[in-house]
Amino acid sequence: MDSPPSPTLKELITELLGPDLIEATSILGTPVITIYPVSIVRALTLLRDHKKYHFHQLVDITAIDYPSDTQRFQIVYNLLSLTMNTRLRIRLRVDSKTDVPSVTGVFQAASWYEREIWDLFGVHFSDHPDLRRILTDYDFSGHPLRKDFPLSGFTQVVYDPSQERVVHEPVSLDQNYRNFDFQSPWEGILSKFNPEKLS
Amino acid sequence: MTATYTLNFGPQHPAAHGVLRLVMDLEGEIVRRADPHIGFLHRGTEKLIEHKTYLQALPYFDRLDYVSPICQEHAYILAIEALLDITPPKRAQYIRVLFSELTRILNHLLNVATFAMDVGAMTPFLWAFEEREVIMAFYERVSGARLHAAYIRPGGVHKDLPPHLLEDIQAFILRFPKVVDDIENVLTENRIFKQRTVDIGIITDDQAIEWGFSGPMLRGSNVAWDLRKSQPYEIYENLEFDIPVGKNGDCYDRYLVRVEEMRQSVKMIQQCIDQMSKGPILADNPKIVPPPRPQIKTSMEALIHHFKLYTEGFHVPEAEVYTAIEAPKGEFGVFLVSDGSNKPYRCKIRSPGFAFLQALEFMSKGHLLSDVVAIIGSMDIVFGEIDR
Repeated sequence: MDSPPSPTLKELITELLGPDLIEATSILGTPVITIYPVSIVRALTLLRDHKKYHFHQLVDITAIDYPSDTQRFQIVYNLLSLTMNTRLRIRLRVDSKTDVPSVTGVFQAASWYEREIWDLFGVHFSDHPDLRRILTDYDFSGHPLRKDFPLSGFTQVVYDPSQERVVHEPVSLDQNYRNFDFQSPWEGILSKFNPEKLS
Repeated sequence: MTATYTLNFGPQHPAAHGVLRLVMDLEGEIVRRADPHIGFLHRGTEKLIEHKTYLQALPYFDRLDYVSPICQEHAYILAIEALLDITPPKRAQYIRVLFSELTRILNHLLNVATFAMDVGAMTPFLWAFEEREVIMAFYERVSGARLHAAYIRPGGVHKDLPPHLLEDIQAFILRFPKVVDDIENVLTENRIFKQRTVDIGIITDDQAIEWGFSGPMLRGSNVAWDLRKSQPYEIYENLEFDIPVGKNGDCYDRYLVRVEEMRQSVKMIQQCIDQMSKGPILADNPKIVPPPRPQIKTSMEALIHHFKLYTEGFHVPEAEVYTAIEAPKGEFGVFLVSDGSNKPYRCKIRSPGFAFLQALEFMSKGHLLSDVVAIIGSMDIVFGEIDR
């Protein structure tokens, strides 16, 4: 996997980001750079305003949860340059207690993506103008996309006729969720693949 | 100056195109603040996918944007294929593109028709839904389901086209441009329609890019950006088609772009039919692709493969990939992270509508309440994909 991105882009990123950069690599043909959480605002501003690359569009921000790591969450920023027709992924790692600087000042479109990460993963963004939950219910608690959140959740909503409103109660299923784990303990069906492409 | 008051729009409102709750501050009829509340259709698709094998996760994609199901399967399958490093045979690619373009017509018919209905025109809705039924009949003939097809599979498509389907699609696309003409006759120069849409919800090219727009929303603002041209996948390179763009970035231009895209899709379907050759529809890789039915009855090896693929599923090497396709609504992306097991570790779904709806406040500020309905209609939002 460690084929470097096109030298110009790699050079550019190394030169632009300097000490903020941890690693610049390429996964399945897409340039991927890893930086420190504190440098994200600076990095995105530089990449957006660079006169050659113009990463003007923030396509997406997402997170991945690795509960066994100390730096538990990986935040992934997905940029697109329409002029150079290039995509770029920026990633950073944080633990569950650290705030990530919000990039709403650089890309307005970041607002809802950061709200979604806060809602589903519980990663807090500092300086976000309006960090409310977005996808879950109004009085929901917990962060469902964390790996330690059970698939069937903790509570369910039912209509309580005595109170004449919908209330939350602990989840009770008539039949427990059946998780068939068919994964073979020794090999499984492994596909043929090109090891160079593997990360 | 009038005092502002707060209006709750939705979550059950026919012009909200689903379950959108919009909290608006109005001054008279002028919108001062619009705060969309989403999530009423949140089903936890991404969480569910983490608990399913790669193949079991496929039908969830039909249920995201339930107006254009096959396009979303396509993005997901392209992600799996990129991770597995397999390529489907040519015929399968043509079938995929053929149905992607039929899906684009399916989607745009719904959008143009409901948009027209939002601003007062009832008749195009009736015409468009008749044609949608015809396309959904094609879906049914090829996959067995009118809507949730689960037709595109890793390594190809599930089944080859049934006999005479191509002839019927051919007959349909010869007849269909007349329907587009009819819809245009009623709408394009219609005074009421133009009064409701021209110069409403203007977004400039720079703003559209900054808000993460894609698809007809971006092209309506005069940005000629189409993933089928700029980052072609499958056999789009072999097809000849134009990218329609708008000039002003208002609701009317977005409508015009969608109408022209339907005509371009008809062109592409014709080219697919002409260029398609006979051949296999699934890659020759027994570790990924299940064996054909007759073989299971005779070959022990095929039986084992079949059993393993439908219980354990295939394992995907550890890597991550972002694949995006030009779905009818815009850039639909799947960010798939694999840990080497038979289930996705993380599957982030990037839906175009999420970005559009985020800009609703920006686009509707200072407009009248009735214009908000036109703006929502021109955004082509479906809550299945926004709430996931």
